[in-house]
Formats: sequence, C-alpha cells, structure tokens
Amino acid sequence: VRHAITLRVNGETWPLEVEAADLLLEVLRERVGVKSPKPGCERGDCGSCTVLLDGRSVRSCLILAVEADGQEVVTVEGLADDGLTALQQRMLELSAFQCGYCAPGIILAATELLAGNPRPSRHDVQHAIAGNLCRCTGYQPIVDAVLAAAAERAPAPDRGGVR
Amino acid sequence: VTSHAYVGRSVPRIDGLDKITGAARFVDDLEFGPDLLHAEVVASPHAHARILAIDTYQAEHVPGVVKVVTGKDFQRPFGLYMQDRHVFAQDRVRFVGEQVAAVIARTHRAAVRAARLVEVAYEPLPAVLDVAAALCDDAVRLHPDLGDYPHVPWFFPRAGTNIAHWRKLRKGDVEAGFAAADVVLEDTYTVPRYAHAALEPHAVVARMDHAGRLTVWSASQSPYTQRNLFAEALDLPHQQIRVVTPYVGGGFGGKAGVTMEILGAALATTVRGHPVKVHWSREQEFTNTYQRQGLVASLEVGARRDGTITALRHVLHWDAGAYVEYGANVVNAAGISATGPYRIANVHLDSVCCYTNLPPGGPYRGFGYSEFTFGLESHLDRLARQLGMDPVELRRRNAIAEGDELPYGARMNPSGLMEAIDRAAAAIDWGTEEPAPAPNVRVGKGFATFWKAPAMPPNAGSAAFLKFNEDASINITVSGMEIGQGYLTAMAQIAAEVLGVPPEKIRVETPDTDRNAYEWQTVASHVTWGCGNAVLAAAEQARTSILDTVHRVHGFAVTDLFLEDEHIRCRTDPAFAVPLRDLVIGGLEDPTDGTFKGGPVVGAGSFMPEFASTRSDPETGQGGKPNVHYTVGAAGIVLEVDVETGKVHVRKVALAVDAGKAINPAAVEGQITGGILQGLATVLYEDLRFDDAGRMLNPTFTDYKIPTALDVPDEVIPLIVEVPQPDGPFGARGIGEHTMIPAAPLVANAIEDAVGIRITAMPITAERLFLALEEEAEEPTTAS
Repeated sequence: VRHAITLRVNGETWPLEVEAADLLLEVLRERVGVKSPKPGCERGDCGSCTVLLDGRSVRSCLILAVEADGQEVVTVEGLADDGLTALQQRMLELSAFQCGYCAPGIILAATELLAGNPRPSRHDVQHAIAGNLCRCTGYQPIVDAVLAAAAERAPAPDRGGVR
Repeated sequence: VTSHAYVGRSVPRIDGLDKITGAARFVDDLEFGPDLLHAEVVASPHAHARILAIDTYQAEHVPGVVKVVTGKDFQRPFGLYMQDRHVFAQDRVRFVGEQVAAVIARTHRAAVRAARLVEVAYEPLPAVLDVAAALCDDAVRLHPDLGDYPHVPWFFPRAGTNIAHWRKLRKGDVEAGFAAADVVLEDTYTVPRYAHAALEPHAVVARMDHAGRLTVWSASQSPYTQRNLFAEALDLPHQQIRVVTPYVGGGFGGKAGVTMEILGAALATTVRGHPVKVHWSREQEFTNTYQRQGLVASLEVGARRDGTITALRHVLHWDAGAYVEYGANVVNAAGISATGPYRIANVHLDSVCCYTNLPPGGPYRGFGYSEFTFGLESHLDRLARQLGMDPVELRRRNAIAEGDELPYGARMNPSGLMEAIDRAAAAIDWGTEEPAPAPNVRVGKGFATFWKAPAMPPNAGSAAFLKFNEDASINITVSGMEIGQGYLTAMAQIAAEVLGVPPEKIRVETPDTDRNAYEWQTVASHVTWGCGNAVLAAAEQARTSILDTVHRVHGFAVTDLFLEDEHIRCRTDPAFAVPLRDLVIGGLEDPTDGTFKGGPVVGAGSFMPEFASTRSDPETGQGGKPNVHYTVGAAGIVLEVDVETGKVHVRKVALAVDAGKAINPAAVEGQITGGILQGLATVLYEDLRFDDAGRMLNPTFTDYKIPTALDVPDEVIPLIVEVPQPDGPFGARGIGEHTMIPAAPLVANAIEDAVGIRITAMPITAERLFLALEEEAEEPTTAS
C-alpha cells in the first residue's frame, strides 16, 4: 500500500507516494534528492541523519516518512536563503570540522540550541550536540564555533531553521 | 628564519565551505540513475568452518533479484603485502561475518531478503580465538597453504603454523645488558581489538560498461592501491580500471588498502552495464572491515641506578585475524620500533603475526605503535618508581637524539624530543601536586613519550599535476585523500607559497585515477611529507616556466625574478610587475614584434624516497633503512579518579609533537585535539568484545561507546615543536597518527599516581578500575 504524503523540504513542497516502511532519511535522500542527512548507524545512535522537523531536531532514520506528512523539514541546504548563517560562518572560519560527515547534523542540532538558548554555556553546547557523534575533531573546535556564534549574535535571532 | 606568506599560517580549510553547506558529496550521495543495482552479502555465522555446499535456488527466485554470486566465480587471490584472501570465501570461512556469496537485486530490500535465503552447508572447524590458541602445537591451521602465498620480501611466514610473519630484531647483547642492570622489571600487557568507527560506513559503487571498462567509486584512502589490487584480483589491465574517490567521511586507516570495495568491483563484472552498490551497515562496518589488532606484549627492561636503560626485551604477539595481507605490516612496523624513542644498546624484539578466527586485522591510526606504547610507557613509569627516579627524568636520560643508532642500525633523524618532553611536562606542572576537589576523588598525573615512522614500502611514491586557469587560479590534482586531516589545504598552502597565489584561489581535487597523478596511499602520516614534496616540485616546475617566459620576453635574469601576490616581480627593477593572469594561459606578448611567448602553465612533480631499503638480516633485523624518518613527541595528563565509582575524569592533557614545520598550525592542533580523544577512548571507553564462538558482542554504537561531546577532557593543550625534517616540504613531517599513540599509558600512569594501582590490561573502564579498587581494599598488595 502506498501512501500519499506532502513534505515541505527547505521551503519547497513535495507531494510524494511512499510505502509505510519508508524512512524519512531514505525519502529525503532518494526521492527528494537532499543528500546532507547522512546514514551512519540506522538506529539513532550517531545523529548523522539529523534534520529539523517543524524546528525540532530529529533523527531521520528513526522517523517514518508518513509520520512527517504535512511537516516542514529543514536541512543544512535550506538553513539560509542566501549565504551562510552566523553559525555556519563561525564554523567555516574556525575550521570546525575535519571529514565533515557529521557536520550537517551537528549544525542543525546547534541551530536548534541557539534558537532556544541564545547564550548557552559550554556545557549547554556539549549537551545539545551530545547525540551527534564526531570521530575526528575531539568536539572542541565545534563547541568553540557555536559559542563564538552565540557571543556575536545580532539582536534579531536566527530563525532556528523555522521558515 | 625564512618568513612565509602562506606556509605556517592557519588559513581556513579549503574544503570548509563544502562541508558546512552540505555540498560535500560522499560515495553514497552520488546518483547513478534507474539501472543502479544493489548487492547484499551472505555472511558466515561460523568463526571457522568448511563450506560444503551453497544453494542459491530460493534466493534467485525472489522478485527483483538479478544474480547470486559465490566464491567459485572469483578464484584469484589478492592482498596488499601478502596474497592470503579472496573476493569471497573459497573452501572455508575464517571469521564470523566473512562474505560467502552476494545477491544482486534491483532494490536493497530485495537483496537483503534474498541473501537470507541463500543456504550454505558448513562443517564447523575448531576456532582459534586468541594468540595462545593460535600458537599451540596442535592448533588447527587457518591457512594450510601459507607457505605458497606470495608476499613482500620483508615478511617471514612460517609454513605449517599460524604464524604469518615473524619480525626479529637483535641488537647488542641483551643478556649482558640485563647482567649490567641494577633493576630488571618484567611484566605482560594486553591490548584488545578496536574499531575505527569512522562516521561514514564503507560504501562502493562500481560499473563495468559494455566496452569492458570498470569504474569504481569508493570511500577510500587508497584509490591507486585499490586499482592495483582490483587489477590483480580480477585480472584486468590497469588502464581499464578507473577509481574515483569523492570526500571520505573519516578513515583512520579503516579505509586504506582494500576491504569490502573488492565486492563492488567484482560484482560489477557480472552485470555489465549496471552500476552495483554495496553499502555496509554499521554492524558490517564493525564485523567485516579491518580492525585494530589485539596484542599481548611481554616486556623485560633493565636499567642502572642512574636511569640508563641497559637492555630491553619486547615480545609482541599479535591477534591479527583471519587475513593479514595488510595487518602483517603493522606487526612488522612495531617489530623494528618497539623500543620507543630511546637510545638502548641491547635490544631483543620479536613481533609475531598470528592468524586467528576473528575479523582481519589491519591499519588503524598509530599502526602498531599505539598498541606497544601502552606496555612500554607503562613499564618505564614502573621502572622509574623502582629506581626512585622521576619518570620524566628517566625518559630524558634515555631519549634518542639525532645521529643515535636506531634499533635496526641506521641513524636517527633530527628531532625535538627533548623540547617536547620539557614542554609537555611544563604544561601540566609536572612535579607539583594538585588538590582533590572532593573526599572521594584522587588526582594523578601521568607522562608518556612516543615516536612513529611511516610504514611504507621503500619505494612508495607520490606525484602531483598542477595547472593554471585564466584568472591565475590553480587546479592541483593529486591522489592523496582528504580524510579530514586537512591535506587538501596543506597542499594548497605549499603551492601557494611557491607561486605567490593565495590558497583560497587553489582547488585541490579529490582523486580520480584516470586524471590525477599517482599516490601510493593516504596512510602512514606521510602525505604532507611525500605528496607535499611532489606538489612542491610541481609548483617549482610551473614557477620555472613562468620565470623563463619573462626572461625570454623582458631579458631579466631568472635569478632576479620572483613571484608574490599573484605578480611576477624583479629584484633589480622594483617598478616591474606582471600580473600572473596576464601570462599563465595566453603567454606574454613580446613588445618587439607582437608575438607571444610561453603558453598555458602547468607543472608536474614526483617524489619517492631514494634512500629507503628493507634489506636486512632476517635473524637480526640489522641493515637497510626501512623507515624514512621518525616523528616524536611527548604528552602529559592530569586526571581525577572517583574512588567510589572508578570513573576517570580528565582535567587536562597536553601533547607536544614535532611537526618539523607545521604547514597549517590550526590543522596540527586539530589533529592533536581529535587524536588524543580517540586515544583516550581506547583506554577509557572502547573495546571490541567477542563470545567464545568468535561472534562480536557489541557491533553498534549503543554498545561500542565512542566519546560524545560530553566525554572530552576539560582542557586539551596542543604544543607544536618544529625541528625541521631536512627532506620535508618546508621542513614538514607527518603528525596525524601520532596524536593518539601516548593516550593509553598516560592514563594508566596517572591512575597509578592517583590511587596506587597499576592496570596492565586495556581498556581501563570505570568498571575495571572499580573492581581493582575493591580488590585493593580487600587485600592491599605489597607488590610495586
């Protein structure tokens, strides 16, 4: 049985027919063609597949596509209409990532954090990204970049991925 | 001191934008169209068994299945240093998870469903699950044909045993050395197996087109080595194979050589025209790629009262797994360097590569050095205690220096070891006690040194192509791999320095063996050095052609011309400045007659060490120059032990490494910060566990715990030492692997400092430390 659903992905509307067992991760990558959410463990351990669903970070490998019907999905491709968010800018300047496989997920988790907590402590940042594994960096440059972005944020907050 | 415009500066990564925007494409992100097929393997449930029959009938009739392939379809052996493996198991399986067959189907789900329906009849054989079992006289032989396997000349397999390689090293007279010692200390240290746990699982897509040409897209550190081994295993000419490697989501050695990629390449030849994808699940990533080998290390070290080490005997028994085509070289590397960075007159090393019925061992960041350094640096701390000597002082007393004799007889390269020791010790206020924050907490400090050389064939080469574009931007094509370490950026900085073009105007492309210049592999922490030299040569060739053109048109002596800020300038005529963009494609107009001189500027560079040799006496290891150089360093740690729970908290860790010249200091610091955490994880959190049938018990991130952002030291202090490597680009040598080597003994030494308990088996988890504390409380030991 196929189910007709509609996803909003990075501001675009996608009417789709999916099977009940199709994961949001699979549908985003294979049907919509958005590749930044990465498969890493298929069981919610690593966070590489993180997306924002109606503004909240979720692991797209643990969500069925039918569950996301009618909701707004944001990935790093859709974080900014033009250019980079302040967070991405600091990530770039501080060379926060190495291999970069975890980067899309961590950027989204940190974006969600900053949307709700404009002045996080170091521990807040560590806690917010603790569900996203990184094997390269030792996390320190990532945390530094999030704190740097928070410290210099303009009064108008980021949209936190919510359009 | 020469000042540089771009080398030695922490310029932002040139791949940074790709990675933070989602633009970076990894193998699984590539699109192949509607004719893409998916393959799933049939894995052995047995650690050791004879294959009696394979029935594929049911699987072949699952809707969507295109083909089922088994070992009879691919009978040629292959391997990097020893040909001991096949595409699929042949007459027997040798580890749980080994591929016996594969199903190719139109969807991944159909392939998985059908793979479960392949019926394999096995006759189980006794399984060899550790080195002691492997070495028993009556142990079942995993590879009865070991004596016939082709291998590199520096391996010494023992036919008729489970010993795939035995590296011996004998220097001086150890018995005399022990006789001259005032203190001799003996003990055994054990190190379990570990997983690389890169976030990107292995993936490969391959297509053999209707003209017979094979293209393989793989997540690999080793595109050219893969092409070479595909040619060997599939009996294809090299020019008929193309290997393309987009960005790789972490390697750490796990994506070096060839593991599951052979499946994609082989299967593609059976379904011409179709691309075939093989994508490892996380469980397969744990069970069927290279693992870091387990080690049982017996150490005996003697020293005089003044701290001088008089003799060292180090016997290393490696649990190398079912196939050792790569792992035996880890054994070899350790077997010529397991003295650590010390000047020791009398040395006896045995490094023994044992086949076991566990997943194949292979390269993992540190390449044997992490493993033996746990025992060695633990042991030296204990020796210092017995001598009543400061452990750091003991290391200073014996530290190897430039020109000292190495274990195999050649001479040590220039080294900043003493500076590294001093700076790491100072960074943790070595020698001062720190107050405990609570009654249940003890604070301890630990120290360790390390060294490591690239382990490569003596003739491992690197090459680079460089071309200018109309706007004086540059493309460089090399075949080293960006696995996160910042290699592309370092190569851009080297070319930038020579050509006066800023790194952000230089693209360095990921490998494609049809187009990019040769690179042996991105392993051994050698590409900054080896490929850096090739890029340097390519850039110098391009510079020479630019200056020659200016000389021919304007008459200035080439020696007076130089490149700076995208211009050609002249020392004798400060007013002279030609923008590079006016010359690098269209040449330079000759003002006398309107003709143009020069043309599109390109450069090619090649590098291979011409001084390395593996020729040595098999009985003593003396002779030759198997290692091009060693990178050295030292590290210190301050940690807290909660004596009620056994939990360790790292307050501060400082690591000093001699980079020769840090091409990009921020990247070096990034390697230190990431590498030390990966090392701390091996001692505090991780280990691969197997049951008594050889099945892995923890092949998920739920049960194999790699550190999260909450599991980091309070403070990491990266320290860069720069004693130049004379044959390195701008003096650089590699540091990537080294940053995780000292972590385990650092922790073990600091724990003894904190609570007086010496633990000789990794990992030192909270559980193990808690039990040791309980035992100590019940019956306090008097032993040291």
